[in-house]
Amino acid sequence: MKNKSLVSITDFTKEEILEIIELAADFEANPNQRLLDGKVVASLFFEPSTRTRLSFETAINRLGGRVIGFTDASSSSTTKGETLKDTTKMVSNYADLIVMRHPLEGSARYASEQSRVPIINAGDGANQHPTQTLLDLYSIKKTQGTLDNLNIFMVGDLKYGRTVHSLLMAMSHFNPVFYFISPDELKMPQEYKWFLREKGIEYFEHREFSEIIEQADILYMTRVQKERFADPIEYEKVKNAYVLRNHMLSNTRDNLKILHPLPRVNEIHTDVDTNPKAYYFEQAENGVYARMAIMASILGVK
Amino acid sequence: MSKNKELKVNAIKNGTVIDHIPADHLFMVISILNLDVIPNQITFGANLESHRMGQKAIIKVTDKFFEDDEINKISLVAPQAKLNIIRDYEVVEKRVVVIPDKIIGIVKCFNPKCITNHEPIITKFALHDKDNVALKCQYCEKITTQEHITII
Repeated sequence: MKNKSLVSITDFTKEEILEIIELAADFEANPNQRLLDGKVVASLFFEPSTRTRLSFETAINRLGGRVIGFTDASSSSTTKGETLKDTTKMVSNYADLIVMRHPLEGSARYASEQSRVPIINAGDGANQHPTQTLLDLYSIKKTQGTLDNLNIFMVGDLKYGRTVHSLLMAMSHFNPVFYFISPDELKMPQEYKWFLREKGIEYFEHREFSEIIEQADILYMTRVQKERFADPIEYEKVKNAYVLRNHMLSNTRDNLKILHPLPRVNEIHTDVDTNPKAYYFEQAENGVYARMAIMASILGVK
Repeated sequence: MSKNKELKVNAIKNGTVIDHIPADHLFMVISILNLDVIPNQITFGANLESHRMGQKAIIKVTDKFFEDDEINKISLVAPQAKLNIIRDYEVVEKRVVVIPDKIIGIVKCFNPKCITNHEPIITKFALHDKDNVALKCQYCEKITTQEHITII
């Protein structure tokens, strides 16, 4: 993986994904390793993102690297009209690695073509967010002991949610069964269902939670956003159907874990937070170890 | 009879005849093949009657023989185009166009949030579905389907 950019989850093979997950476990066991001593990592956030940026910067600091960069486009030359190409070319002369978040889709792939150093995509619009996927996989592996043959439930906005799309692609290496639970307006797009059918992976679509959640090993919750609905009445009709409450978990499997990419609004009621099956805050913590693993392997220090 | 007459009027000694172009895509084909800037003699017919297509267009380019890479670029706007290669007034070869696996710098990505629509970038697509002509943008990874294809 040395010197390889990570733009899309499909850039990494199954073996590379497994290698990152193993490495993340090593870093969790021993989080302060000065492997990036003397390295400079550029953190270019063309739009703000608290969790992703802080977890990357924590990961860099724990590895003993130095961070340069900006936290939103208004403090970069973008406001003066500089193109992404020029910003990338310039920064790639300063840093050993670039971590980039940008509101436009495809920006990370384009930057990786312009840059002399590897690019890690920290989110390009609604397109890809591969480090989120790797931390999701790490969380699944850590809590289930395996990635193979699991029942993965995806709930909420399956149409626009990039995290569920990337997770679906990555999990497809491990023979899962998918359950998609969403309103009609926000169903899993056809292209992903074609992809699953081609790979011979089973999936089921449901409009609501029901006793089927008793089958779940992983419940991956996402936010149903009001602005996704053309008709606000439709939103009002469905909004409560995708809220997870503690009493709904009573007959679920012991190994079930509830994941959420965060930020959560109201799709997981706060009464779930104290349930041992709630895992979303630990999941966010796992992001630091997953990102340490990704950066260490791309920079070839591990 | 009338067909023969038409051929005689427009006959070329050496070169390429591109037939069965959809009538409303004639000028796109001219532009994609850069025929508007080359010095060769060119004749074209627009809105001609066609049994198969209703109306079609035809282009005859003197002393020009296209490479596959070059001519296949028109497959997106003229998938049924037929090429007649002419040497000494005789058709020596007939060819059809095929959609290439990679489409570079011809089509605009239909995703308004794609980086290629915000910076001067040469677009790149991979052919995602040959039968329905669906193109996958190599940058934003979104699919542009046939009805949304716009030629740059």
